[in-house]
Amino acid sequence: MDKPFAITLDVGSSLANKTGAWRTERPVYVDLMPPCNHACPAGENIQQWLYRAEDGSYEPAWRQIMQDNPLPATMGRVCYRPCETACNRAQLDAAVGINSVERFLGDEAIRHGWTVPVTAAASGKRVLVVGAGPSGLSAAYHLRLLGHEVTLRDSAPVAGGMMRFGIPAYRLPRQTLDAEVDRILAMGVTLDAGRPVTDLLGEMRDGGFDAAFLAVGAQRGKRAYIPAGDSAKILDAVALLHATADAEPPQLGRRVAVYGGGDTAMDAARTARRLGATDAVIVYRRTRERMPAHDVEVEEATEEGVRMMWLSTIARADEGKLTIERMMLDESGFPQPTGEFEELEADSVVLALGQEAELSLLDGVDGITVADGVVQVGPDLMTGHPGIFAGGDMIPADRTVTVAIGHGKKAARGIDAWLRGDRGGGTGRAADGGAASHAPQRLADFDRLNSWYYSDAPATVRPQLDAARRISTFDEITGGLDESTALFEARRCLSCGNCFECDNCYGVCPDNAVIKLGAGQRYEIDLDYCKGCGICASECPCGAIDMVTERI
Amino acid sequence: MPVQPVKFYQVGSFAVGNRLLADDDRSVQSEPGRANSLTCGHRACQRCGEALGARYALDAAMRATSRQMVAVNATGCLEVFSTPYPETSWQIPWIHSLFGNAPAVATGVAAALRAKGRSDVRVVGQAGDGGTVDIGMACLSGMFERNDDVLFICYDNEAYMNTGVQRSGATPPAARTATTPAVGPEPGNRFGQGKNVPLIAMAHEIPYVATATVAGLRDLEYKVRRAMEFRGARYLHVLVPCPLGWGSAAGDTIKIARLAEQTGLFPVFEAEAGELVSATKIRKKAPVEDYLRLQTRYAHLFKSPEGAATIARLQRIADRNIARFGLLDTDAAPGPAAEETP
Repeated sequence: MDKPFAITLDVGSSLANKTGAWRTERPVYVDLMPPCNHACPAGENIQQWLYRAEDGSYEPAWRQIMQDNPLPATMGRVCYRPCETACNRAQLDAAVGINSVERFLGDEAIRHGWTVPVTAAASGKRVLVVGAGPSGLSAAYHLRLLGHEVTLRDSAPVAGGMMRFGIPAYRLPRQTLDAEVDRILAMGVTLDAGRPVTDLLGEMRDGGFDAAFLAVGAQRGKRAYIPAGDSAKILDAVALLHATADAEPPQLGRRVAVYGGGDTAMDAARTARRLGATDAVIVYRRTRERMPAHDVEVEEATEEGVRMMWLSTIARADEGKLTIERMMLDESGFPQPTGEFEELEADSVVLALGQEAELSLLDGVDGITVADGVVQVGPDLMTGHPGIFAGGDMIPADRTVTVAIGHGKKAARGIDAWLRGDRGGGTGRAADGGAASHAPQRLADFDRLNSWYYSDAPATVRPQLDAARRISTFDEITGGLDESTALFEARRCLSCGNCFECDNCYGVCPDNAVIKLGAGQRYEIDLDYCKGCGICASECPCGAIDMVTERI
Repeated sequence: MPVQPVKFYQVGSFAVGNRLLADDDRSVQSEPGRANSLTCGHRACQRCGEALGARYALDAAMRATSRQMVAVNATGCLEVFSTPYPETSWQIPWIHSLFGNAPAVATGVAAALRAKGRSDVRVVGQAGDGGTVDIGMACLSGMFERNDDVLFICYDNEAYMNTGVQRSGATPPAARTATTPAVGPEPGNRFGQGKNVPLIAMAHEIPYVATATVAGLRDLEYKVRRAMEFRGARYLHVLVPCPLGWGSAAGDTIKIARLAEQTGLFPVFEAEAGELVSATKIRKKAPVEDYLRLQTRYAHLFKSPEGAATIARLQRIADRNIARFGLLDTDAAPGPAAEETP
């Protein structure tokens, strides 16, 4: 009896009472697929690199991007941002400016000279990549990381493909492109520039290549028959953009009509304005809603004074003027001629009616199927000819740089698997160009989030050059974010479906049944005491906790 | 602003913790080494708001006093579920006497500490709404009147939950309890009865009076810390939803407390020496119906045509609170432009 004064009973702790026995459901931490990652054609793990960027770890963030996409500074400028379209934050205030943060990280990497080391052991295999555009460069990069020897051949004298010869410099400054291309080449990729491939099988045999990746793009502008007078000036958009990139722009005159409604039409019209056209008119046979061009391109073109003529086709071209026929949409949305004509003054016509792939290098290659002008491939991007893979604009898919980069990665993994003899392994989700690194996961949709916990914060608007100045130069029109705004933007990420260690579960448990494991280690449920009430799941901001029924 | 404004860090100051904040700026509840004054194994119902509120408040008090603290508990749920013989869930010096005398016992503890010259040890009294609003009212008022150096915390779950959900002086109008059944011309608790103890405490002009809810952790922690900066009688009234007595769904405890705040039904404010000094603004205003619908104690309002008039009456109470305590930001809401980026 040596108890303190006035104490008569022994003290027992309630820790002896294992309240976990009351439970019928248990909380389980999950990692779901954030909508941005799901939408990214290059298969980037966007949520993860934003998470790293949030605390200023820019180099780790950049390295996270580089696992999927070797051209962040380029993508941060030219991508059409399907991630931002999918972003859950758009339902709160405005989508996270993912693209601008990517650009900031890409520019940081160029500024600091960050590189990605090749650490894989040499495989002894040789791969020929035909076409040094985004898809070919991406494939070369990923193949090098996997330890293969890579030779990149392109008919143009420099690497870059459509990023160099199709995308105007005001959207992608050449020094940025050069820096990112050079970084890939410096990883030990052999570049044979100015060397078109005509006999694929012969070159593979002669060079001792074990596999090939074809990414020749779609370089040839589609033609349309337009009755034209002798002196009418008609040229195609791809040639215009290419010649402008080569600093040998054609004479277009002061009034330019661009025929077509895609991104290339917009680029051609905006380029025409910069080349001195006082009047650049897009002639398109359907309506704005049915136009394939991305919104941002149309908006910027309009801001620069490009005019749009909807529901119009060019019936005839003569010197200095066009005959335009008005169209109307039928029930199925197809444009039908109305028989009403009008005149449009134009010194030249630029055709932007889409592009075709030049596939003559496939002559004599057996097993390859071409349908609708594009090469058919399997899920791992292998063509019907064993060991020959294809990607980018020459296969059926959206023709954007981002999709092409995704193809490069996917093909590299497919080639690697094929070279190692284990073809047919899981290559991840079905979305074209998708990431093989992500196992199929449930989507973290907005309904899972508890948005109360997120501060209100609208998107940081990227500074834009004054539209008036834009049309006179090829200077880049969209400015980048400085560090503080990039950081702010990264922190707007909701981290949908992936724990970001906000401590809410640890705090809100009435039973202290959540164990905090320390920075970066997340949490664990103490099932001895968890009563399964579900408050942690309800109050998790990002929806990273499921309540799962116990088997009783 | 009662809560230290946190620069924009993804979740701002709303979540419990934040990996991007300096340790000193994080909430007490986010600390791996928090006191856990009320630890695991207690027998509170699943999803109990009171167990949560008590840990929030006492852990904050433990930090504010450098763990030199004694708690005095009235009878009630909190006492019953935490100390069935021979177990205790308290990891702090803790004493229980009777239902109605907790303020008086706390006064005694404070007097004893003063007699021993232990000005470093602080006293916290705590009770449910029954022990505070009804049974302990006389002792509490005396404690206020004498300005004894005690922080008294009421965990308000708006009825006698421990004994089977009987009406207390804190039960809101129209709520169904075992003693105010949803029958007759005015079903549920009567309008115009009951008392508002935070205002009664303010009328005593004690140094500090504040209200809080379990949905506003940082606000609650701030108020405990602030209360500990004063000597003399202080009163903190914390709304703690009772899932059993209120009839709310699993996992909704905090959501309901948040709605009580965002509708204006439970005004969150602080007062010093009888004067209101700040009110926590409503961030996302909600109609009272959003709050009522989640609780079966108000289910009768949605089953009869007369319910709509009652809901309108409750809305008027909320609107009056909003006007009276200035719960809505009449100025333009401070946008992120006003927020500094680090």
